[in-house]
Amino acid sequence: MDLVLVAVIALGAIGLVSSTVLYVCSKKFAVKEDARIGEVAELLPQANCGGCGFAGCAGLADALVKGADAGSIEGLFCPVGGQEVMGKVADLLGMAVVNTEPMVAVVRCNGTCANRPRIAEYSGLRTCAAMHACGAGETACGYGCLGCGDCVAACQFGAISVNPETGIAEVDEDKCTSCGACVKACPRGIIELRKKGPKGRRIYVSCVNRDKGPVAMKACKAACIGCGKCQKECQFDAITVANNVAYIDPAKCRLCRKCEKACPTHAIVSVNFPAPKPATQPAASVGAANVEPVNEGEAKQ
Amino acid sequence: MNIIRTFRIGGIHPEENKLTHEVETVAAPLPKQAIFPLSQHIGAPAKPVVKKGDRVKVGTMIAEAGGFVSAPIFSSVSGTVVKIDAAVDATGYRTPVIIVNVEGDEWEEGIDRSDKLETVEAHPELTPEGIVESVKAAGVTGMGGAGFPTFVKLCPPPTAKAECVIINAVECEPYITSDYRLMMEHADEIVVGLQLLMKAAKVDRGYIGIEVNKPKAIALLTEKVKADPRIEVVPLKQRYPQGGEKQLVDAVIRRQVPAPPAIPVNVGAIVQNVGTAFAVYQAVMKHKPLFERYTTVTGKRLAHPGNFLVRMGTPMRELIDLCGGMPEGDNKLLAGGPMMGKALTSVDVPVCKGTNSVTVISDSEARRKPADPCIRCAKCVSVCPMGLEPYLLATASAKQMWDKVEAECITSCIECGSCQYTCPSHRPILDNIRFGKSKVMGIIRARNAKK
Repeated sequence: MDLVLVAVIALGAIGLVSSTVLYVCSKKFAVKEDARIGEVAELLPQANCGGCGFAGCAGLADALVKGADAGSIEGLFCPVGGQEVMGKVADLLGMAVVNTEPMVAVVRCNGTCANRPRIAEYSGLRTCAAMHACGAGETACGYGCLGCGDCVAACQFGAISVNPETGIAEVDEDKCTSCGACVKACPRGIIELRKKGPKGRRIYVSCVNRDKGPVAMKACKAACIGCGKCQKECQFDAITVANNVAYIDPAKCRLCRKCEKACPTHAIVSVNFPAPKPATQPAASVGAANVEPVNEGEAKQ
Repeated sequence: MNIIRTFRIGGIHPEENKLTHEVETVAAPLPKQAIFPLSQHIGAPAKPVVKKGDRVKVGTMIAEAGGFVSAPIFSSVSGTVVKIDAAVDATGYRTPVIIVNVEGDEWEEGIDRSDKLETVEAHPELTPEGIVESVKAAGVTGMGGAGFPTFVKLCPPPTAKAECVIINAVECEPYITSDYRLMMEHADEIVVGLQLLMKAAKVDRGYIGIEVNKPKAIALLTEKVKADPRIEVVPLKQRYPQGGEKQLVDAVIRRQVPAPPAIPVNVGAIVQNVGTAFAVYQAVMKHKPLFERYTTVTGKRLAHPGNFLVRMGTPMRELIDLCGGMPEGDNKLLAGGPMMGKALTSVDVPVCKGTNSVTVISDSEARRKPADPCIRCAKCVSVCPMGLEPYLLATASAKQMWDKVEAECITSCIECGSCQYTCPSHRPILDNIRFGKSKVMGIIRARNAKK
């Protein structure tokens, strides 16, 4: 009986002392956190994808609150939540909504099986990074999509997949949140975040081959050969040709599509435009909700 | 006393397949067009010093060293520079090259083309600095495959002191016989080359490590070094990867090289390939820069595999044609042997300073078996010559746990492929490790750059 009593009293005393110490510590060393950080974080999608440039949603929330205190939340954007979430966050923080154009990941490669013949067989580890380190891959193009799907593995939203027919990664633009994980995962820097464009309409050079024209053409029928015809055609100075490859600046491009018609190798691709009138061209895949950014049909016409 | 030495841990013994052991070396005919990649060595690429239309002779410098760790490149043919362009090299990518159209065979004056043996004794004027300078100027790089500029190895950092030079005549890689043929045909020159290397490194011990599957070479070289008591021929047990620097140092002088960034000279050894010793001899004694080498062209399905004295820049296609042409069907073409060689995607890749072999493997031999799950047999651990845990490194690399693999010394991996060779589940162990290693090396470089 005595023993039990001693034990109860001893444990009780230890408990009392510990709780006092814990209470004092919790008050004395309390970290004051702005309550708004938690509130903002709750509004964010909690995907923790890092697309905003911070380690996770909490990081962005912290930066947003600090930015609001400093007077501006410009440059801070959650690509996953998009305009809707950012509007709510701005309301909460009492800031003006910053308009940011929606972006989408674009795979810049036309090298389908038909365009880009295989010259070798790769039997090593099937990741793009390993294949890239081994050499040019199974085709003669040392710049094009390797099709092993490192970007697919990197995407948290299931927005990118490798089309088994073309062997090239394709982005589902409805699912793409433009977090940029695929851009970082691609060892060849093929994927680019571009403005989604009005009604999803956009034009881009679907090739990053920096070889000289004849070499690029030998490796892939739909390679950009850096001929500069598109540059001459463009009235808005939107196109630059550097290192034997053209680039369309989305900020200057007015979507006139003249460059697309001028391109001799059909390396320039446009998506989501309405079908051309039957008299001129047979329809490429157009108008559908999920237009593939790289489409063999378009490239080959 | 007569225990045959080898390195202490790990190692395998793949089928040797030395098809061309007794095939005498013949000089390969001149190519029609020679291609000289500017990156034939470890370090900065060479910088071209010729332009389109220039006439060059055999032995003319066409590109100078592009930095401290770099080497100049010499034309192996006489003719006209047609263009400075890009072409696919052994990396699989298009890299800058100088292309020369061959016309005649006119040599640069000053190159001694006689067979007369020049001994070190006959040239008392040679100083260590002078030898290093000649080696540097002649563009000599490691001829065993990696291609590290030789003169850099001869100038160890001040913290390390060289005690001996070890000649790597192991040739543990299956199929390759170019070093063996070189020893059989130029033993005297190799010994003089070793003496020059010893003089340049200011050491008085020299070893020649040869595996016991080359008894004739051991007998011949033992005979040749009798006159010089400083040099010892060390017969070694056949074991792959004995030709790795660290394994060879362990086998020959029983010292273990610590983990990177330590190099063999930190334990007192300078390791040079037997081909390099020959190139050093030619550079110093014959004033002949490095522009030709012994190369084995081999493969079970080749009609006449052989050993060739090849002018660098010769496309591999021409060598394969000399051996009866590419066998029918799909083949795997390797620059180097089947263990360490680099698979190529083009037969137009030229022979470079480090191309010791052109190996053609048939589709059925080359094809990998599908990978099964790891059965935890730890065979990879027991064969790893660096004492690593390949299964762990491979898995952690695949999961991109870079801190973990760095802590597990992934940078010590010499990429010999013993783990993958021995794996009963055919797992792509080395593929994963190699990727992880390159990633970790990048992380370490970035960290050092920040400091």
